[in-house]
Amino acid sequence: MIQLTDIHKAFNQGQHNEYWALSGIDLELEARRVTAFQGPSGSGKTSLLTIVGCLARPTRGRVRLHGEDISGLPERFLTEIRRRTFGFVFQQFNLIRGLSALDNVMLPAYPEGKPHAELLQRAEVLLARLQLGHRRHARVEWLSGGEQQRVAIARALINDPEVIIADEPTANLDTTLSKQFLAILEELSGEGRTVLLTSHDPLVIKSSAVHRVVGLRDGRLCGD
Amino acid sequence: MRPWIEKQRYLIDYTLAALARRKARNLGLLAVYALLVFMLASVSLFGQALRQEAAAVLADSPEVILQRLVAGRHDLIPPGYLEKIGRIRGVQHQQGRLWGYYYDPVSKANYTLLVPAAEAPAPGHLRLGATLARERGLQAGQPLSLRSYGGKLFTFTVDEVLPASSELISADLVLLGEADFRAFFDYPAGHYTDIALSVANPQEVRNVAAKLSAALPDARPILREEMRRTYASLLDWREGIALALLAAALLAFAILAWEKASGLSADERREIGILKAIGWETGDVLRMKLWEGLLISFSAFLLGLVGAYVHVFHFGARLFEPVLKGWAVLYPRFTLVPQLDGLQLFTLFFFTVVPYTAAVLVPIWRAAIIDPDAAMRG
Amino acid sequence: MLFQPSVIALLLAATLSLVMVAAAAPFAWQILRRWDLGSGSELQLQLERRTYLFSTLAAFVCASQLLALLLFVFTADRLSAMFVGAMCAVGALNAHAWGFPALLLQVALFFLAALWLVLNHVDTRARNYPLVRLKYALLLGLTPLLALSAWLQWSYFRGLKADIITSCCGSLFSGDSNHGVAGEMAGLAPLPAMLWFYGSLGLAALLTAWHAWSGRLGLLAGLSSGGAFVGGIAGIVSFLSLYLYEHPHHHCPFCILKPEYDYQGYALYLPLFAATAAGMGSGVLQLVRRVRGLEQIAPAASRRLATVAAWGFGLLLCLAAGMMAGSRLVLLEP
Ligand SMILES: Nc1ncnc2c1ncn2[C@@H]1O[C@H](COP(=O)(O)OP(=O)(O)OP(=O)(O)O)[C@@H](O)[C@H]1O
Ligand SMILES: [Mg+2]
Repeated sequence: MIQLTDIHKAFNQGQHNEYWALSGIDLELEARRVTAFQGPSGSGKTSLLTIVGCLARPTRGRVRLHGEDISGLPERFLTEIRRRTFGFVFQQFNLIRGLSALDNVMLPAYPEGKPHAELLQRAEVLLARLQLGHRRHARVEWLSGGEQQRVAIARALINDPEVIIADEPTANLDTTLSKQFLAILEELSGEGRTVLLTSHDPLVIKSSAVHRVVGLRDGRLCGD
Repeated sequence: MRPWIEKQRYLIDYTLAALARRKARNLGLLAVYALLVFMLASVSLFGQALRQEAAAVLADSPEVILQRLVAGRHDLIPPGYLEKIGRIRGVQHQQGRLWGYYYDPVSKANYTLLVPAAEAPAPGHLRLGATLARERGLQAGQPLSLRSYGGKLFTFTVDEVLPASSELISADLVLLGEADFRAFFDYPAGHYTDIALSVANPQEVRNVAAKLSAALPDARPILREEMRRTYASLLDWREGIALALLAAALLAFAILAWEKASGLSADERREIGILKAIGWETGDVLRMKLWEGLLISFSAFLLGLVGAYVHVFHFGARLFEPVLKGWAVLYPRFTLVPQLDGLQLFTLFFFTVVPYTAAVLVPIWRAAIIDPDAAMRG
Repeated sequence: MLFQPSVIALLLAATLSLVMVAAAAPFAWQILRRWDLGSGSELQLQLERRTYLFSTLAAFVCASQLLALLLFVFTADRLSAMFVGAMCAVGALNAHAWGFPALLLQVALFFLAALWLVLNHVDTRARNYPLVRLKYALLLGLTPLLALSAWLQWSYFRGLKADIITSCCGSLFSGDSNHGVAGEMAGLAPLPAMLWFYGSLGLAALLTAWHAWSGRLGLLAGLSSGGAFVGGIAGIVSFLSLYLYEHPHHHCPFCILKPEYDYQGYALYLPLFAATAAGMGSGVLQLVRRVRGLEQIAPAASRRLATVAAWGFGLLLCLAAGMMAGSRLVLLEP
């Protein structure tokens, strides 16, 4: 469903500290599968995910989503695609402090302007499904790490995206919580969602929930 | 349409919550903003009220007033002068007036003593203005003693306290009969202070004035129209100067607003980065921030305006009286007739909200274009 | 008369708009030269992000021009007390040669800014941003006009002296004097004036409605909207004002904004301005409907705007007819 052709990404292009984080990635990512990116720190995993997830545009190369070339689109339209197609779970969870779990979950849907009652109901269902129903009115900074991550997952799901993108999802979790996360992951892929994640964690890479592991080194692929 | 409205509601909700989360910072800005509106609005409301008062004064005054000049100074009208004017075409009615100023050492204020054209009080009686009555603690039926410039003590009975519809006119006014007036001031018989002429057709006023000047070379006609224009432009001018001075404050405020809007805290930058990463568009963030600016603007505007209204109409514009009125010693407790005027509000709005919006536009935009992938790099 | 609060506010607003657009001009120029949507370079990303600022700026200028237009009329009305012979805004505007030109330019600027926003609206909906260069060239073209407007207002207010004897609506808009366009408008006999008014507005209403419904004749609808604006103003001056004042010779287009006449002018001008802007916007979109990327977007937006215009003109027609019927003045003997 996602095809990357000759993707390059430069930071500070044209300046003395120009740095090519990705240099020539060709990759096809299948739908409904869990793909993990693996590689040493600085190898370009996060950079690749930002390009796949429409958070950034490649400096060179093409990204195709369902066959449509989206690499040259203005940010305005990339955002729209991102909002409807991708849900993000960040390493630091990136919840907005001071807001309740419920408000945090609803945030990605605000620009869509759906009726409030509908949105509220959907958010409550998601939180209940992730065993957070009883904590929905708590401010997120009062929640434990595992709870925060589940709020982040609920937030990623609010717009019913096809693809879930998770950058280092288990880096801040202990083993039990990591296993819990992998269980959720299986459930999501069982629903037919595509999952893309990066990880150093052998627990994740070796897990049966992950269907494919892609290696990265110095901004290039190095074998599945 | 529906999703659009729903979306704006979400944005407003979000921005309200965000404002509440950073209370201290926003309250500070709000306070400064409201203070600025308060100052501008006070000047403007006060100026407008004075203009209205002046208009009310002039509404009752005759079209033309004739003064006699001796050595370039205002002098009494000698006997026979009225007759010398004779009949001028267009003049409906002409009459000698008697009035003068009296400094009262008890209340340390100036009074205007005037003989009304009609219904003059009986000898030994007078009517007086509300402020004066308040100052001296007088009510109808009580006696008032005044020592004349000649040193003699006169005692009058107060018939009535004049209604305070327009205090600027009646505040210091004392109405009394002609005989009392002449006795009190030792005014020579047959002399008058000036002459009032009423002219029905406004187009004729200038002709009448020209004829008067020709017939009586030592006289000076004063036209009501001219007075009105002079008053209006004088007040406008003073208000304009005050506002121009306050424009400096406005500039300082705009810089402050710019600073505040561009000095995003790390926290706020992080939030915006997150919002953009999870699917908010640059335009959405921009609109959210514009709503924030609008909410702050309107609250500050309302707060400042209400404050200024109370200040001007309930506390007599204590802070600005000396600047705008110029001759403020007269009125210890001076209440203006409350009023609001559309043009004035609109002008005020222009003075405050437009510069604020302009000042925060660029910083808001800067905040809105934070990289969406920033959220991926904690 | 520069030291008048509302005059200062007006000049402030004009200067602000000018300064903002002028400050943006170099960047607009950069967009004209360096825009390349296919490039993934950081410069292109910067330029794209700048377009958000310019849209916001243009919206700000458009809104402030509209507000300034209102304030300008109010101010002129208030200043009229200073001049011998002036009873309302007309007298004050007439007291200096730049009065009416400043007003007209203000109106023109409002419409231009509105049309720019219409173009911007469709452009940002097309994935290839096809009108970017056109838009920024237009924005650059707007700068001298804003400067001219600021200068006209400055000269006008500076040139006003309280001792000027001016002529007011009574003579400017009287049928028998030869006062150029204004006199001609007022001098129209009631029947032809009504035919013209109802004709041009009716035509615009029909054409915009037809365009909204069928998607055809968009350009004509746009042109007729411009014509309807002229016809509408002429109608207000020549006969509608008479019905509102219930006076056979009072032709003023400004006094109807006053509280004495229940602010009825707003009920006429608001739909007229809104419908004209929407109708002309619809016509302008018709011009770009074949631009790649806008093939679907422009016609759809054009029809939406035409709908707004049709409602606006229709409302105006009903209001005008209602005001005539409700008036005690009889101009046309049955
Ligand atoms: N905004 C930026 N400016 C300059 N260089 C950057 C920027 N973002 C990333 N880089 C560089 O690009 C390279 C790839 O970074 P990236 O974050 O993709 O690596 P990663 O594989 O995710 O590493 P990690 O496992 O530590 O998260 C790094 O060397 C990094 O320093
Ligand atoms: Mg990383």
